[in-house]
Amino acid sequence: MGDAHYHSIRFDASACHGCMACLRVCPTQAIRVRRGHAVMIEDRCIDCGECIKVCTRNAVVPLTASPSGLGAFDYTVAVPSPALYTQFDGGVTPGTILQALRNSGFDDAATLSWSCGAVTHAIEFFLADYRGPGPLISSFCPSVVRLIQIKYPELVDQLLPILSPREVAAREAKRRASAETGLPSDRIHAVYVTPCPAKMVSIVDHPGMEASYIDSAVGISDLFPLLAPVIREVQASGVRPPETETADGLGWAFSINLPSTLPAEDSLSVWGLPNVLRILDDIDKGKLQRYVFVECHACFEGCVSGALTVENPYVARARALRLQQSLPKRSLVDAAEMHARHERGEFRTTRPFAVRPPSPLGHDIVTAIARMQERDSIAAGLPGIDCGACGSPTCATFAEDVVLGDATDAQCVVLRQAQLEERLLQLAGPVGVSRPGGAGGTEARP
Amino acid sequence: MRDAEFVRAYEIVGADFTNAGRASTSIKETLKDMGLASALIRRVAIAAYEAEMNTVMYARRATMTLHVTPAEVTIDVRDEGPGIPDIQLAMQEGYSTATAAMRELGFGAGMGLPNIKRNTDEMAITSEVQRGTTLVMKVHLN
Repeated sequence: MGDAHYHSIRFDASACHGCMACLRVCPTQAIRVRRGHAVMIEDRCIDCGECIKVCTRNAVVPLTASPSGLGAFDYTVAVPSPALYTQFDGGVTPGTILQALRNSGFDDAATLSWSCGAVTHAIEFFLADYRGPGPLISSFCPSVVRLIQIKYPELVDQLLPILSPREVAAREAKRRASAETGLPSDRIHAVYVTPCPAKMVSIVDHPGMEASYIDSAVGISDLFPLLAPVIREVQASGVRPPETETADGLGWAFSINLPSTLPAEDSLSVWGLPNVLRILDDIDKGKLQRYVFVECHACFEGCVSGALTVENPYVARARALRLQQSLPKRSLVDAAEMHARHERGEFRTTRPFAVRPPSPLGHDIVTAIARMQERDSIAAGLPGIDCGACGSPTCATFAEDVVLGDATDAQCVVLRQAQLEERLLQLAGPVGVSRPGGAGGTEARP
Repeated sequence: MRDAEFVRAYEIVGADFTNAGRASTSIKETLKDMGLASALIRRVAIAAYEAEMNTVMYARRATMTLHVTPAEVTIDVRDEGPGIPDIQLAMQEGYSTATAAMRELGFGAGMGLPNIKRNTDEMAITSEVQRGTTLVMKVHLN
């Protein structure tokens, strides 16, 4: 069990100069700039990493593991995000990347195609028996799950209770390693090579399991400089490593297609948090009941545009398409076997998704009414231009911050400027108008 | 503090499909911020959304007002529009006067008013043809 307020990012006050870039992009208004530095409102942050993408001073620090610390375990298996396969130029194949991972200190590197295929079938079997409210919402992006837990508590029961391909891949790799080495699986360390810090959330505090099969994560951007020379060595060796990934498995993982087992006309694929917010809002209003499945990606270009990737996401997507064309097109999974394993619950999450509503304005209705009145009356006096100079992202959030005692209305620079001008006019008033050319009371020089 | 009441009004413009739904979303967010139970919020949000879409589709303009007291959430919608000639008929499931254009947008199943009734504890409609309609709906907090 994880920490209810675990977050995969932290703000480094020594690097932050309070520029407000992160404040403006945060989709859940979870950032404030106070005393010149960005701070996080923990019960609103969904770990999406948008703040990391816009920070030019590296003041938003992902709490992923350092690649140098991974040698301390008996047996370490790398579980690469498919996004890793898109980060290298020059026709580098998944087989080469997996070999390079094995050559750079990992005891093994797991493939994802089998688990993607297995999970695709598991979703199909689950949907066939599902009779609850629709549509079901994919639960593989930890930021989307947190968004639903925080902002759409009524939708937690529509989160797909199926393990993600990365969890299944880690579990299978641990089983295999355990069988081969004789080590108990708790001494085998699975490391996800991650495109974003959000995956750390599902590792430390998995929303649907007592514990994740993955033990830690290393960012693609941290591993990239170490892996690139090893990849060149593998290429230079002249021995071409076997390709264990397949086009079928990776098409979905690259977020190019929906799982092939889903009815395309009854499924939606939604990209980028502003769009995810709109879709969840519609589902919450009961508008999209005719759809069976909605796949939500926090990032606009899917996992290849995660905050810890290094390649331009559009280039990465083009590479993903090329890879999908060049990899062998065969299915690694047997549908009958998958059905039997699904029936045994092998692909199911093990506990219900919990709600995590942020603390309300007041813990009783009378207080909440009084504070909401106060918030509206403060907001009515604000300029409504959402400049952010007060350190709150919008005038509405600023009004709320004032009510909660986290800001004072003197922090509104627009109001203060207006008050100052009025005061100056009052001071200079009768004199100012009598002087030719001296509108503001300052003496015009000849 | 018996008479504590929070009031906020929203102006709704007829045929403004770009902003349609914003008032009910804001009502939902406000009730969440006030810490009301999520099942209750969902009922209010669905009723508010149906009412808002009705005015966007049929009325010239409307004022939608949210009232929250320790006892209940009330939303009243006063519109200027064609009015409803036969309220009994309009309340029947499946009855709709939606145009082809409204149906294109996924409305017109004749479930709007019945849906509001189903999701609220009290509902009252008064209407004057060629003048407008007033809808008052309440959800009790306890």
